Amino acid sequence: MEKKNNYTISVYTENNVGLLHRLSAIFLKRHINIESFTTSECEIKDVFRFIIVVKMTKSGVEKVSKQIEKQVEVIRVFFHTDSETIFQESALYKMKSSALFEERHIQNIIKESNARIVTVNPDYFVIEKTGFRDDTEKLYNDLEKYGLLQFTRSGRIAVSKEKMGISEILNTFKIQK
Amino acid sequence: MPVTKWNYQITKASEIPEIFAKAFYIAKSGRPGPVLIDITKDAQFELFDFEYSKCKGIRSYNPLPTISNDSIDNASKLINNAKKPLIVWGQGVILGNAEKEFKDFVEKSGIPAAWTILGLSALPTSHDLNVGMVGMHGNYGPNILTNKCDLLIAVGMRFDDRVTGDPKTYASQAKIIHLDIDPAEINKNIIADVPVIGDCKDSLKRITNKIEKKSHSKWISKFDDLMKIEFEKVIKSDLNPLNDGLTMGESIIAINEFTNGDAIIVTDVGQHQMVACRYANFVKSKSNITSGGLGTMGFALPAAMGAKMGALNREVVAVIGDGGYQMTIQELGTIFQFQIPVKIVILNNDFLGMVRQWQQLFFDKRYASTEMVNPDFVAIAKGYFLDSERVKDRKDLKPAVERMIKSKKPYVLEICVEKENNVFPMIPTGASVSDIRLN
Repeated sequence: MEKKNNYTISVYTENNVGLLHRLSAIFLKRHINIESFTTSECEIKDVFRFIIVVKMTKSGVEKVSKQIEKQVEVIRVFFHTDSETIFQESALYKMKSSALFEERHIQNIIKESNARIVTVNPDYFVIEKTGFRDDTEKLYNDLEKYGLLQFTRSGRIAVSKEKMGISEILNTFKIQK
Repeated sequence: MPVTKWNYQITKASEIPEIFAKAFYIAKSGRPGPVLIDITKDAQFELFDFEYSKCKGIRSYNPLPTISNDSIDNASKLINNAKKPLIVWGQGVILGNAEKEFKDFVEKSGIPAAWTILGLSALPTSHDLNVGMVGMHGNYGPNILTNKCDLLIAVGMRFDDRVTGDPKTYASQAKIIHLDIDPAEINKNIIADVPVIGDCKDSLKRITNKIEKKSHSKWISKFDDLMKIEFEKVIKSDLNPLNDGLTMGESIIAINEFTNGDAIIVTDVGQHQMVACRYANFVKSKSNITSGGLGTMGFALPAAMGAKMGALNREVVAVIGDGGYQMTIQELGTIFQFQIPVKIVILNNDFLGMVRQWQQLFFDKRYASTEMVNPDFVAIAKGYFLDSERVKDRKDLKPAVERMIKSKKPYVLEICVEKENNVFPMIPTGASVSDIRLN
């Protein structure tokens, strides 16, 4: 059996309603669980970048990437292993304000984890932590015993170590026209 | 689940010209495919100033990948060095309008060429190097020799499971060259040693220029030998049966005879489809219309209407089983209303024959829901005021087919064939292509 790995798939696309449905169908058809999914406009205006994290085999991720790239509105697809990308996740932790004053230990946890307090008001306060999954996980475990009101974690955001050259691809199109 | 190449919902009438231009461009370019435009009711009721300009390109879409010189060189080298090469071509040759380039390539290389069901008719049936169909109900020779060749050149085909059988054992001894315009097809089912990504109209021409003229007569004689075996064990009784009951094979041969092998043959899905593709003669490309890998029962009747409307000067014969026929039988209404002169042949065996065949061979003859209690097809056709007749006896077959072909009007011919004949050769599902059975 071919080994499964974490892959970060970067999909550069035009802004198109309905493309997300096509992308998710590609994963659904193959019963691939998406570990994380984020999207935002990238460094080029009107070009969007989806960052999809999946655990699958290399030959699997190659095929899926080609199927994604086949979509008309997709400009290019890249996939990378964890070691080929620089990636981060963000997490928000909402707690009762009373805990901050009654449990002195919390302040140490925040300091030691390099987390940041985003907001404080009489009822609750919110901590933000950016880092690897392990880091946000550890902070979650540390804070959980003091009572978390809410916890949320973002999908992975990542940049590749290698160049992706989307602007060049778009420029070639302009020249051909 | 999207099944189209591209789709769009128009919510403002002003989008219509641009989206239509884009839709036609996408549907026709690169690997062609269906597109869907959904126009909302709001947009249908709006007025706007119409201005149309043709779509010439889309930034994110590259329909014609550049063919790499290396791929052409490497493919040509492999072809020049091969001792037992085999070409398997698919619909890509037809979609790419590359029939001439393909024929030149086949003839210069001297390599035997076999077709997938959707590649049928790209090379005339009678061509010396046309060695027949590959796949589940394909010919004996090309299937057996797929696992004996030293080089397999796949042109515009996608290694569908009906073609490959068990992919692990498929041509595993051979080097594979795969020509395809769609990069997503490369290494999808079968790993290619040399992928040639691009339009085969171009790549075939470039490869043909680089290869030596050869003939592989000794290798080709192996196909002939296997064809002799197939003829003795399968074809002879299909075409010249000793039993009283009519066969699907002899019905197709009768159609060949009266159309001079020049008809567009449209088939539905099932036994009749396999028999028609095996025995119909083709001289012109784009003459075989079938749903291929989709396996859509009910396809033939509407597809035949479309084929006729698209090629009014050609004879269009729809060959349909009694199972699939009733799935779109209401289209007889359209045929009557517009007097579309298609010739409809129902090969009636009162069974969902292909499923029955599987139940017989692989499920201990547990015939579940495959026996058909059919209506009077001739009476139904006459209800639509269409000319129609039924044939049960051999002596009546040819005259009836002749009457049908001579008619200038739509015509429904029901041919009652043997109820429990099977289609052979056959590769059982999941078996290797070389495990093809003749009975």
